[in-house]
Amino acid sequence: MSHYADVIVIGGGIIGNSTAYYLAKKGCSVLVLEKSDHMGNGGSGRNGGGVRQSGRDKRELPLAMYGVKNLWPALSDELETDVEYYQEGNLRLGKTDEHIKILECLTNDAASLGLDVRMIEGIQAKEICPYLSEEVIGASWCPTDGHANPMLATLGYYRKARQLGARFVTGEEVIEIKKIKGKARQVVTSENCYETETIILAAGYDSRKIAATVGINVPMLQSLLEVLVTEAQPPMFYQMLGTAAADFYGHQSTHGSFVFGGSSGFEGVNKNNGTPVTNSITASCICRGIMKYLPCLGDAKIVRTWAGWIDDCVDHVPVISRVEEVPGLILACGFSGHGFGISPTVGTLLSQMAVGEETVLDITDFRYDRFKAKI
Amino acid sequence: MSNVNNRFKKDLDKFITEFDDDLIICRCEEVTKGEIRRAVHDGMYTLTEIRRYLRSGMGLCQGQTCQILVKGIVAKELGISPMDLEPVISRSPTRPIEMKVLGNEGKEAL
Repeated sequence: MSHYADVIVIGGGIIGNSTAYYLAKKGCSVLVLEKSDHMGNGGSGRNGGGVRQSGRDKRELPLAMYGVKNLWPALSDELETDVEYYQEGNLRLGKTDEHIKILECLTNDAASLGLDVRMIEGIQAKEICPYLSEEVIGASWCPTDGHANPMLATLGYYRKARQLGARFVTGEEVIEIKKIKGKARQVVTSENCYETETIILAAGYDSRKIAATVGINVPMLQSLLEVLVTEAQPPMFYQMLGTAAADFYGHQSTHGSFVFGGSSGFEGVNKNNGTPVTNSITASCICRGIMKYLPCLGDAKIVRTWAGWIDDCVDHVPVISRVEEVPGLILACGFSGHGFGISPTVGTLLSQMAVGEETVLDITDFRYDRFKAKI
Repeated sequence: MSNVNNRFKKDLDKFITEFDDDLIICRCEEVTKGEIRRAVHDGMYTLTEIRRYLRSGMGLCQGQTCQILVKGIVAKELGISPMDLEPVISRSPTRPIEMKVLGNEGKEAL
């Protein structure tokens, strides 16, 4: 196997795989290096599947809106894999006046940027989703939001990129990026050394230590989130749900199971043994949260729980950027727990950056050097 | 670099239909032998990828019935020993449990 490619992508998550797909489609030779034995084994295989525009930072919103308008609707056809995309809207629920204030604030911000999102009463929310409890007094409603299956989307991109000739190596941990004559040129792994013109670093939190090998710091930390899934239920509703209090978020999948994510509040002080593991108190806590909003799910059985790490950037917005000090290096990390919904857009942008085209959206807000001291 | 780690499109022979491809291997999620073999040709080389792609072993029994069968099919398709395939990770809870029971954490009835 050749150790040279036009572009080397570090990280086989949905960002790496979508980028590889769009690059292969342009006719580039692409090599994707993934540390674990499985494609999409980080956040891409573990998240709640939200394809949301509402509730996003205003810098990130154009990426989400572009994807929902131009990429998600045709993605299953394009990848010839059903990615289980539903565009049935997003309800963010509130139970107290305090919650409603939080929701109004989020809604006003997004609406001022041109997103169709509005506040509705509890009774209107129940017309949209009749299973909600009496405790729900209001919600924000974004009819163009939705959800998809993150595992199928990631593996669908992988499958199609591979068909188009992109190469993939798993179990290949990148140790170092090496500069030659001032330009990022070599990717050194524990067993091999690869050469390329352009390196795209999309390795989640691990991007931090890899970027550090060429002197670049991305200010982010790891944070744990947990997800649980129920046995299949009869078809009930296909809106994406979230709450002002961040008790839980989730949806019903094509399969019929409900997928819900959440936290216990102890994530910041969890023991960390190097593997994302579930904490015994978290799933119970998420269940209590869900039942307050959807009491009819009390009898649904939980069949599986899992955990995953978020690469949480200090301002909760990703770094998608060329690096001036290291020509040939492009950073794509720090997605802060909302990378899945924007991944088709980000893959498109990264493929444009790698071949030197003008990006379809302005990405100045995602520069790597935007972080300034407070005074 | 092992055969499983290098996903370069290559050494797998062309997908040829077999007479028992309709055989259901994962009973909970109704996944057939042919679908599993096809998934290997689609690039899913590990048991973890297979179950994320097809849902085999993701149903009520969590793969306690079919995992060994899936492993044999994938290994044969890749031309490697089943010993070379890592088992999938078991997830809590051990048995399916109602949300109202799990949420109650052993206290009095809600």
